[in-house]
Amino acid sequence: MLEALGSGLRLVATLDLRLWEIVGLSLGVSLSAVAFATLLGLPLGAVLAVGRFPGRQAAIVVLNALMGLPPVVVGLFIYLLLSRAGPLGEFGLLFTPQAMVIAQTVLVLPIIAALARQAVEDAWRDYEEQLRSFGVEGWRGALTVLWDIRFSLLTAVMAGLGRASAEVGAVMIVGGNIDGVTRVMTTAIALETSKGDLPLALGLGMVLIAIVLALNAAAQVIKEAALRRYG
Amino acid sequence: MSAILPLRLEEVSYAVDGRRIIERVSLVLEAGPSTIILGANGAGKSVLMRLMHGLLAPSAGRITWSSQGARRRQAMVFQRPVMLRRSALDNVVYALKVAGVPAAQRERLAQEALDEVGLRPVARRPARVLSGGEQQRLALARAWALHPEVLFLDEPTANLDPGATREIETIIKAFDAAGTKVVMSTHSLGQARRLGDEVIFLHQGRVAERSPMDQFFPLPASPEAAAFVKRELPWD
Repeated sequence: MLEALGSGLRLVATLDLRLWEIVGLSLGVSLSAVAFATLLGLPLGAVLAVGRFPGRQAAIVVLNALMGLPPVVVGLFIYLLLSRAGPLGEFGLLFTPQAMVIAQTVLVLPIIAALARQAVEDAWRDYEEQLRSFGVEGWRGALTVLWDIRFSLLTAVMAGLGRASAEVGAVMIVGGNIDGVTRVMTTAIALETSKGDLPLALGLGMVLIAIVLALNAAAQVIKEAALRRYG
Repeated sequence: MSAILPLRLEEVSYAVDGRRIIERVSLVLEAGPSTIILGANGAGKSVLMRLMHGLLAPSAGRITWSSQGARRRQAMVFQRPVMLRRSALDNVVYALKVAGVPAAQRERLAQEALDEVGLRPVARRPARVLSGGEQQRLALARAWALHPEVLFLDEPTANLDPGATREIETIIKAFDAAGTKVVMSTHSLGQARRLGDEVIFLHQGRVAERSPMDQFFPLPASPEAAAFVKRELPWD
């Protein structure tokens, strides 16, 4: 165990090329997915928070439930869509990084949207009278509040990023864990562990945790700075 | 552009879950005199102002302005102002933007409004780090920039110390001098006397009395208002 840990550290320290390709692809896929999910999820959450329309309560319940979507189920669903016989089969996306981005976007979107919905709804209680007094209602009010609490929403985005970078099931199914093409950190860890190459698995695990830590630290620094700057 | 005043309330009631908060209030508010809505906590002052401003819809009765487009020609300042997370100046600019003022004029009008309330030196500071008194002055600047025909103020100095209260009162007088109809709720008799020309006294959701200020003090006509004045005066 200790020996494996030591070799893992050496792999990380010596910048093993194979390892860093995997890390790069992981980051690329998860950050892209979170970017798309943020662009779609924040407005969706804000509209659900502020809007008043029939079926709103049901939509919120469904959205909250979707936060718990099992990654393998999302993977299977996207697999069926992208497979040769599927409705989007003609684009030939299955087993590509793009397919992995799509799957992770679907996985992460409900998390970001649901957390944003709650944050905007809480803030809206404070803002509503003032904004309505200005004559601001509906989507315009939603966007104003969304922008005003943008730094608090970093938490929702980080939750999404945590989910994306940690999951195995979805990227495994739609990516296929092809060496040099669609192998990412989590699928590599799963594979190397089953093959018995514990040093590489551990090295990847440490890198994964370090990256998630670093990103969250950055988010925290930004939030704190914003709090001091804007109150 | 015809005036939106007078504002007419006909038999206006407001109830929440069967609990009556405003009960059959009929009033006409004319341009000119500053109107003070006076009453104890829970008398319905805030709710009445929100009904007039259109933030609440009456459960019964009618509220009518005298011409179209009243929404944009009135403003309200709340007891606890809500500041957007941007600079003081940008808070005023936002109010101008959503009121449809062309982009080229916004900054100049906003600066003028900040001048009016004495906040020019902190124009670039984030609004949320300003003191309570400064925030309330900024809320008044947002209203000033819009040059409203009517300004509603809901206990604007309830959370402020005497110094900040005086500054706010000076600005409210400036609104009055500039021709804006001031409608303000307060439970402070001193403030009512300093700022108002007439008093509407609310008691348990009803208008107990409406009198010119110099008749209301020292002797209100209604027993409810007389009791209130007697109770409040020693501490005012």
